[in-house]
Amino acid sequence: MTPDLSVSIGPISLGRPAMLASGILGISLEVFGRIYRNGAGAVVSKSLSKEPWDGYANPTIVGIKGGYLNAVGLSNPGAPYFAKMISSNKDIPIIVSLVGSIEDEFEFMVKQFENCNVTAYELNLSCPHVEKVGLEVGDDPKLVTKIVSRIKSATKVPVIGKVGLGTTNYLDTVKAAIDGGADAITAINTIRAMGIDVETQRPILSHKIGGLSGPAIKPVAVRCVYEIASKYDIPIIGCGGVSSWEDALEFIFAGASAVQVGSAIGDGWIDVFSEINDGVANYMKKKGYSKISEMVGLAKRF
Amino acid sequence: MQSVSKTPSIRTIEKIIDETPTVRTLVISDANLADVLPGQFAMVWIPGVNELPMSVMVVPEKGKAAFTVRKRGVSSTALYDLKVGQQIGVRGPYGNAFDIKDGKIALVGGGTGLVPLMRLAKFAKSTNDVTILMGSKSKDEMFFENTANQILKNHKHKVIACTEDGSYGEKGFVTDILEKLVKTTKFDAIYTCGPEIMMHKVVQLANSKNIFVQASLERMMKCGIGICGSCCMDDVLVCHDGTVFDGKFLANSQEFGHTHRAKSGILENY
Repeated sequence: MTPDLSVSIGPISLGRPAMLASGILGISLEVFGRIYRNGAGAVVSKSLSKEPWDGYANPTIVGIKGGYLNAVGLSNPGAPYFAKMISSNKDIPIIVSLVGSIEDEFEFMVKQFENCNVTAYELNLSCPHVEKVGLEVGDDPKLVTKIVSRIKSATKVPVIGKVGLGTTNYLDTVKAAIDGGADAITAINTIRAMGIDVETQRPILSHKIGGLSGPAIKPVAVRCVYEIASKYDIPIIGCGGVSSWEDALEFIFAGASAVQVGSAIGDGWIDVFSEINDGVANYMKKKGYSKISEMVGLAKRF
Repeated sequence: MQSVSKTPSIRTIEKIIDETPTVRTLVISDANLADVLPGQFAMVWIPGVNELPMSVMVVPEKGKAAFTVRKRGVSSTALYDLKVGQQIGVRGPYGNAFDIKDGKIALVGGGTGLVPLMRLAKFAKSTNDVTILMGSKSKDEMFFENTANQILKNHKHKVIACTEDGSYGEKGFVTDILEKLVKTTKFDAIYTCGPEIMMHKVVQLANSKNIFVQASLERMMKCGIGICGSCCMDDVLVCHDGTVFDGKFLANSQEFGHTHRAKSGILENY
């Protein structure tokens, strides 16, 4: 029997386990279509703000040993423009990532998408390199609860909170999102980091401090997913350094219902999605699993 | 196998060639970039200012690479103003390359868009008969004519300079001159790089005559390596799937010749 690669993340059902992570390639409907047809279960948009943002000057993304450093600065065309662009979307599962400072902004943005085919909203509570938003919001659990509950009352579309490692214990941020009514948690975002060029003695990123992604952060992300899954009863999407089917399974065994892929696209392009699908399917066949949900959290039994 | 770097390597500017009153070529030593394929590019870091995608200019000396820049905005002017001995960072090379066909080929370029075409000329097959059409506003802004003749000295070739004001060479846009030329000359392939409106006309003309054509495109680029999506056009990433695209693909593009994305990702008209 061919294994079933579909996944359920609470109320969200996807045909395949790996989705495009936010911030990567996410500004055109045509590119979304290409990624979906190449095997992604869903695509998560770049984080959208109320107004368009230009982001920071280059260098914004550089490769380093073990992954990438980035401080793109959340450049995005703004929620109203993006909503118009995806209004013709029929069959692509699009998860809209939103970023803002206060509840009102999030409510305004969600309203823009009322007539769009949106699979879920993912709230960016964890971007580590832009002031007043992202991680600074995630570090304020009371604000997180207020934002999530306001969005939940404004829409029936499922809401995911994306958490990262800030100054507050991220498990408290997860709890705050659950208290607000979040349907799922994505963990984790990039980790605050920097790189300095030795010859010029200068920080490489124009913003100096950015986020670390890629294989270097995978063990940290797996640990976080495991801790969330051990402490709370909420569906989790694993994110951080997934670049192969083994990585995807590692997150699933830690307790993730699905995974997101970002930096790996910079190394192996979007072929990574079909490689993950094929590898996971072969593993399931070999081990006798028929559904991915049978494997979620298996590492917790030890 | 090319080695591709994703981290900037610091290089010292060894020589500066003034091409026109507003265009300069900055020469560095970089064995990796010296031999990139025509159409490929590097990300050039001007420390403290910006990082720009740039085609790598051909330099006669082995192991050397160069960047030809026109001072225009803040970043290009900062690069233009650098002095010998100052440092830049380079990473790459990225992107695909022109597919050089046999026979009679035409290279049509304007301004710094001539840079990848000079490299294409260097990579031309010994059997190629190469015609280069180079356009500029005026005589003062014409450059690379001698460079092109030098690169192609062992090939059957012709360099046609065109100025919009007629102060040098043929008078008119390169596209007008090309239109006349294709009536009398049968080209096996046409390659173009320069302002997008010019490339759009070249591609339309070649497609209408069933001549194989490729264009090297420019878009807002941040990562250069297919991650950030800033340079997307239709369903392709110019940095990863390009910079070189076939006329057949471009003929069906909704964006080529019409729109490009701003830093925020919003589509703007040309």
